[in-house]
Amino acid sequence: MTHTMERHFVPESNVELTKADFTSDQMVKWCPGCGDHAILSSLLNVFPKTHHKKENICMVSGIGCSSRIPYYVDTYGFHGIHGRACAIATGIKIANPSLSVWINMGDGDSMAIGGNHLIHIVRRNLDVNITIFNNEIYGLTKGQYSPTTKFGQVTKTSPFGTIDYPFNPGELVMGAQGTFFARALDVNPKLTTEIMQCAAEHNGSSVVEVLQNCMIFNNGAHADITDREVREDKIIVLEHGKPMIYGKNRDKGLRFNGRCLESVTIGENGITVDDLMVHDETIEDTGVHMMLARMHGDLPVAVGVIRAVKKPTYTEMFEAQMESAQANAKYKCVDDLLNSGDTWEV
Amino acid sequence: MIEKNPNVVQKDDIVVRFSGDSGDGMQLSGTLFSDASALTGNDIATFPDYPAEIRAPHNTIAGVSGFQTHVGSRIYSSGDKCDILVAMNPASLKSQIKWAKKGATIILDIDTFTENAVAKAGYEGNPFTDELERAYTIIKAPITSFTEKIGTDMGVEKSVTSKCRNMFALGMIFYLTHKKLDQTYAYLDRKFAKKPDVVKLNKAVLTEGYEYADKLELIHSKIVEIAPAKMPKGTYRNITGNVATAWGLLAASERSGRKLFLGSYPITPATDVMVELAKHKGLGARVFQAEDEIAGISSAIGASYAGALACTSTSGPGLSLKSEALGLAVMTELPLVVIDVQRGGPSTGLPTKTEQSDLAQALYGRNGEAPLIVVAASSSANCFYWAYMAAKLALEHMTPVILLTDGYLGNGSQLFRIPKVADLPSITPRLATPNDPDYKPFYRDPETFARQWALPGMEGLRHRVGGLEKAPEGNLSTDPEIHALMVYNRQEKVNRVANYIPDQEVQGNPDADLLVIGWGGTAGALTLAVEEMNNEGKKVAYTHFNYIMPLPKNTEDILKKYKKIVVCELNNGQFLSYLRGKYPQYPMQQYSKIMGLPFEVTELKEKFNEILGE
Repeated sequence: MTHTMERHFVPESNVELTKADFTSDQMVKWCPGCGDHAILSSLLNVFPKTHHKKENICMVSGIGCSSRIPYYVDTYGFHGIHGRACAIATGIKIANPSLSVWINMGDGDSMAIGGNHLIHIVRRNLDVNITIFNNEIYGLTKGQYSPTTKFGQVTKTSPFGTIDYPFNPGELVMGAQGTFFARALDVNPKLTTEIMQCAAEHNGSSVVEVLQNCMIFNNGAHADITDREVREDKIIVLEHGKPMIYGKNRDKGLRFNGRCLESVTIGENGITVDDLMVHDETIEDTGVHMMLARMHGDLPVAVGVIRAVKKPTYTEMFEAQMESAQANAKYKCVDDLLNSGDTWEV
Repeated sequence: MIEKNPNVVQKDDIVVRFSGDSGDGMQLSGTLFSDASALTGNDIATFPDYPAEIRAPHNTIAGVSGFQTHVGSRIYSSGDKCDILVAMNPASLKSQIKWAKKGATIILDIDTFTENAVAKAGYEGNPFTDELERAYTIIKAPITSFTEKIGTDMGVEKSVTSKCRNMFALGMIFYLTHKKLDQTYAYLDRKFAKKPDVVKLNKAVLTEGYEYADKLELIHSKIVEIAPAKMPKGTYRNITGNVATAWGLLAASERSGRKLFLGSYPITPATDVMVELAKHKGLGARVFQAEDEIAGISSAIGASYAGALACTSTSGPGLSLKSEALGLAVMTELPLVVIDVQRGGPSTGLPTKTEQSDLAQALYGRNGEAPLIVVAASSSANCFYWAYMAAKLALEHMTPVILLTDGYLGNGSQLFRIPKVADLPSITPRLATPNDPDYKPFYRDPETFARQWALPGMEGLRHRVGGLEKAPEGNLSTDPEIHALMVYNRQEKVNRVANYIPDQEVQGNPDADLLVIGWGGTAGALTLAVEEMNNEGKKVAYTHFNYIMPLPKNTEDILKKYKKIVVCELNNGQFLSYLRGKYPQYPMQQYSKIMGLPFEVTELKEKFNEILGE
C-alpha cells in the first residue's frame, strides 16, 4: 500500500513551553545514578519541541521502575498494569486520535509479559511513541533475569547462568514490520533527545530502545560498549544519508561484502569511504535494518535512527473508514437501525 | 388447497425443531420459519443448538446441528420438547429424538437412511423399531430424490441442488402450520437477488415440499393453526440476544453523547456482539479487534480514560483473562461495560452450550476488595435494555459494570418491541468541567460517591490514574488510613447504586407459601412454569433478579414473606450462596441444572410440586 496522504491528528498548536512546564511536582523516586533520570530529562526536553499543549499529551506505562514516569511529567498520564501499556494506549489513541500518546516500558514489561501487545501495536503502525528502557534486568522485583539479559548471566533466578537466548528489541520491531526503530544511550542525553524528537515526528509506531543502566541490580550491563574509553570503537551512530563511519579516529567503517556486514578500516587494503555503506533509514524492506539492529561483538552496536519508513498508520486508516462509513451511512441514527429490515405492527 | 382443509386444529403454540448435518441449512430453515411466523402475527422464540465443530464428519452425531423454534400466542422460551421434529439424516434422528414430545410428528429424509449412514449414526439394525413407529407419526419423505429431480429438470448442478433440501422440509412445515409461502418467497428474492436461478430452484423445492405434504393424507389431521400473538401494540422485529446487546450499546452511546468503543477478541458465543458492532462504523462504533482478551479490556480501559463509552465482550474463559484489568478499572474508577455471554465451564468447557456459572467470577473474580456492578439480562430481546442500562450505570456511577447474558439468550432470538431511543432513560456522564480549580481525581459526589471524569485534552485538569492506591487528591499513597478510606469509598459507591434502581417485583401468586427465585437467562422457563402451576391451582410466587450487585433494596422484605424459597439456576448454587451470604436467616433451597442446557418447564414444575408437597 502506498502512502498517499499523510495525516496528523494531534492539533497544531503554537504554545511555547519549556522543560520546566512539563516537570511535575512529584518527587522522582528512582535510585540516584539510575539511567531513568537521563531518559526522563530527554523526554522533558523533547515535549516543548513538539509544540503540543500539555493537555494533549498522554503518558502511558505498565509496571516496573521506568513505568513510574507518568507521575513525573505534568501531562495526562495512565500508569497501567504489568505488560498492558501498549493495549491501554491503543484504546486511548483510537478513542481520541488528537492525543499525542507516549508509551514507556522496561524490557520485562515490553518483551516478557507484554511482548504480545508490543508486536501487535507495531504491526498495526498505530501512531504512538514507544520508549523501551532496556537495562537487561528486572529492577523493581530486585534482580531477576529479563528477556534481554545476556545469555549465561548469573542473576537471582539464574544462579547457574541463564539458558534463555535474549531478545533484541530491534529484531522484534523489524519482524513485526515496524516503521520506526532507533537505539539511544542513557549516557548520551543529547543523542537521546535528538532521537526522541525524530520519534515524535514519525507518523506511526515509533520504538526507541534506550540502553539504560541499573546501578543496583545490573550495573555495567552496557559498559562494554558505553564506557568512555571504548565507546567510539564499539558504537556507530547512524545518520541518514551518511556513510557508516565510526571509531576513535573516524577510520573504521561498515561494508557489505556480498554475504554479510563487515567492519573495515579506511586506508587499509585500498578501502576508501566510497566502499562503505551509506545509511538509508527509509528502505521499506527490513533486511538491512535488521542486520544493523543486530550488530554486536566484532561489529559496532548501532545507535541513532535505524529505520524510519512511511506507511499508512492504523490511526489514518481507522479514521478514514469511520469518515467514509459515516458519509455513506445507511442509518443516520440508532432509531433507523432499530426499524431496519423486517418489522411489523401489532 | 390448504385453505379448504377442514381438519385444521387451533393451537396456542407449537414447537418445531430442525436438525441435520452442519451445513444442511437447519439454522436458516428455522430462522425462515420463525420470521414468517412472526410476520403473520405469532410470538416467537428460537434457540440454535449447534456443535462446536464447524463441519464435523458427514452423517455423524458430532455433526448434528439443531434449531428449535417456538411459535405461538404468548411465548416465554424456545420450548421444552418439540411437536414436529425435522431430521435430515439418521444421525439427526438418533440424537434429536429425545427432544420430541411423545406423539410428535417426525419428518425425515428417507433417502439418507442408507445402510452406511444408519450405521454411522450408531444404530444397530433398523432404526424404525415398532416402538418408534408407535410413539410418533413418522413421515418418511424422499426429500433428496425429489429435490434432485427438480434440480435435474432445471439443469442445475447437483452440488447446488443438494443445498436446497432444507427448503423441501420447510415447505412441509409451512403446510403443517397452515402458513403461506409468500414471506419466504420474498426472502429468497432478496437473499439471492443476483442469482435468479438459485431463487427459482429454492422456490420450486419449497413449493414441492408444501405440495408433497398436501398429498400426504397421513398428516392432514396434524395441521395446526397457531393463534396470533396477544402482545402490547407496537412495532416488532425478531432479534437475537447478541445483536440486541450490540444495539443497546449503540443506543447508549447516542443518548450519552459518548463515542462507542468496543475492544474485543473473538470467543464463542460472544463473538456476534463484536461482529454486529463492526458493521456500524456509520453510527460511530469504534471497534477494535484486539490481539487477545487482555488487550480487549485494556484497550477499553484506555478508551474509557480518553472519554469513550468503552466496552469489551467475552465469554467465561475470556472473563478469567480480563480479571486483572477489571481490578484496574475498579481502581481507576472508570466507566466500563463488560459483556459476558456465559457458556458451560470451567476452562474451555462447553463453548456452544449455555450455563450461568460465571456469576461468582463476575462478583468476586479479582484480587483485593474490588466491587463492581453486576446486572443480568433475562431474555434475548431485553439484552438491548440491559446493555443500555449497564452503560448508563457505568457512566453515571463511574465504575465497571459486568453484564451477564448467556449462550441461550445470545444466540436465541425473540420478538422485540422496538423502542424509540428518545424514550429510553436519560444518561448523564459525570464529566468534569475544564479549568475547574477544585477538580481532584478522586473527589466524590456526596450522593452517589462517583468521581468526576476528566478527559485528556481538557484544559486545566491534568492528572494521572493507575493501579496503585491513591489519595482522594490523586497522589500515590500507602497511608493505612487512606487505603481504608478508599476501599470503603469504592464499596460504598457500588452499594449506593441500590438507591437508583427499582424495587424487586414478585409475580405469580404473592400470597403463596413457595417463592421461586431466578436470575438472568432462565426467566422464560421459570415464568411459564410458575404461570402453569398457578393456573393448575397451586400457589407459587416468583421473583426474578436482573440487578445482582447491588441487589434491589427490598430484597429482604420479599425473602421474609415466604415459608419456602427455592433458588433455581444453571450452576451449582452460585446465586444461592450469594443470597445466603447476605441473608443467612432465611432458609433457601437449591435447584441446579448443570447440563449445558436451559431449564425445561416440566422439570421445574416437578421440583416445585415436590417442594409444595414436603
